[in-house]
Amino acid sequence: MKITVDEEKCCGAGQCVLIAPEVFDQRDDDGIVSLLDATPPADQYDVVRESASVCPAAAIVVSEDA
Amino acid sequence: MPSDVLVVGASAAGLAVVESLRRKGYRGRITLLGEESGAPYDRPPLSKQVLAGSWDAERTHLRAPAVLEALETRFVFGERAVSLDVAARTVRTASGRELGAQAVVLATGLHPRRLPGLSGTGGVYVLRTLDDAVRLREELLRAEQTVVIGDGVLGAEIAATARETGQDVTLTGPQAAPMEMQLGADIAERLAALHIGHGVRLRPHTLVQEVTSSQGRITGVRTAGGEILPAGLVVEAVGGVPATDWLAGSGLALEDGVVCDSHCRAAEGVYAAGDVARFHHQALGRSLRLENRTNATEQAQTVAANILGESRAYTPVPYFWTDQLGVRIQVYGLPTPTATVHIAEGDVQEGRFVARYEEAGRPVAVLGWNMPKHARLQRQSLLPLYTSAPHPEPATAMR
Repeated sequence: MKITVDEEKCCGAGQCVLIAPEVFDQRDDDGIVSLLDATPPADQYDVVRESASVCPAAAIVVSEDA
Repeated sequence: MPSDVLVVGASAAGLAVVESLRRKGYRGRITLLGEESGAPYDRPPLSKQVLAGSWDAERTHLRAPAVLEALETRFVFGERAVSLDVAARTVRTASGRELGAQAVVLATGLHPRRLPGLSGTGGVYVLRTLDDAVRLREELLRAEQTVVIGDGVLGAEIAATARETGQDVTLTGPQAAPMEMQLGADIAERLAALHIGHGVRLRPHTLVQEVTSSQGRITGVRTAGGEILPAGLVVEAVGGVPATDWLAGSGLALEDGVVCDSHCRAAEGVYAAGDVARFHHQALGRSLRLENRTNATEQAQTVAANILGESRAYTPVPYFWTDQLGVRIQVYGLPTPTATVHIAEGDVQEGRFVARYEEAGRPVAVLGWNMPKHARLQRQSLLPLYTSAPHPEPATAMR
């Protein structure tokens, strides 16, 4: 799994951090997503997929076959 | 578990139901019916990036074509649902097609509310769809003066974006300050100051009576007080009406939305999600209908879980954000008009702060003003209120 985030789309809602805090964080100054782990371990796959689906700005893209 | 699912409405909520079902491993047949013909798109950017011209229409698409394809769903787009048979769980479309499934999800969203006397006037625009936004953008480039009617979230965002693109813009509405209902008086006053500082003309406590025109062209609006506000372009942003007209006569309870129980069920095998759904919030002990982006996906997830037999109550901490004139506002919970507002972090004068709304010493909402992460970290203080032990639910919530 490979994750990419679109910082320009990100609205700073932080939903991804609530769901997958080991993979996503927010920058202190503007709240934009920061990716802690672009290729997370398998035990994170479910929460990463959920984060991508829930993101209110559709800013997270998960590539499954990478 | 139902062998097939029909989702009516192909925007954020409808698509999220489909995604959620598949993510949970559902292998049954899914049909997604949508009134608009293009790919599902996101609405928050419409009044911001699309209206400003910084994004093209395609950038608003919620998912890439390959991602949609992987959902193995039958997409029926460009077809409007016109009736629902609740017992048979079949939906008839405008072209006469009949679609049915063992579980049906209603996610038809909102129609823009129109003021009597203004609708049908050329030069008065609303913003709900992607097409609306693209059209409004073109008009904005042509117009010299714009009047926005409506001081809610959408009206304030449109005025802000129009101003950022160099427009002479006036924002009118019945409240003392823009978004007073969503932000409370204190913070709404800050928002008013922000708009004024950027040159937006505000006309608070103002109702628009009619549009004035000359030789078929709009010249402005006349307020209830008799003032004429000159404008070549008028935008009406006076709220939305749940798109339930097509459900009249279905037997479903319709009261400012599709009335659902705490599990987002409107009837046996019929669910609702997103802007159109009124649900019983167990922790708050009352019915709610939320018009915000995260509600669309969160409620969709609950609906998907319940379709698959999880029996999950929907008890969200409501959340929305808005971006206006360089300020990013995040609101968790529901600010009340009587709440006391404390600055919990940051500094109002520096334009970065977190405000906490309290009723009788109990936090009911948290607002971030250019402090998204800090606001989110305080969301936790709201959990006792929004996720506490269930209040009894009225037996009439679901039919």
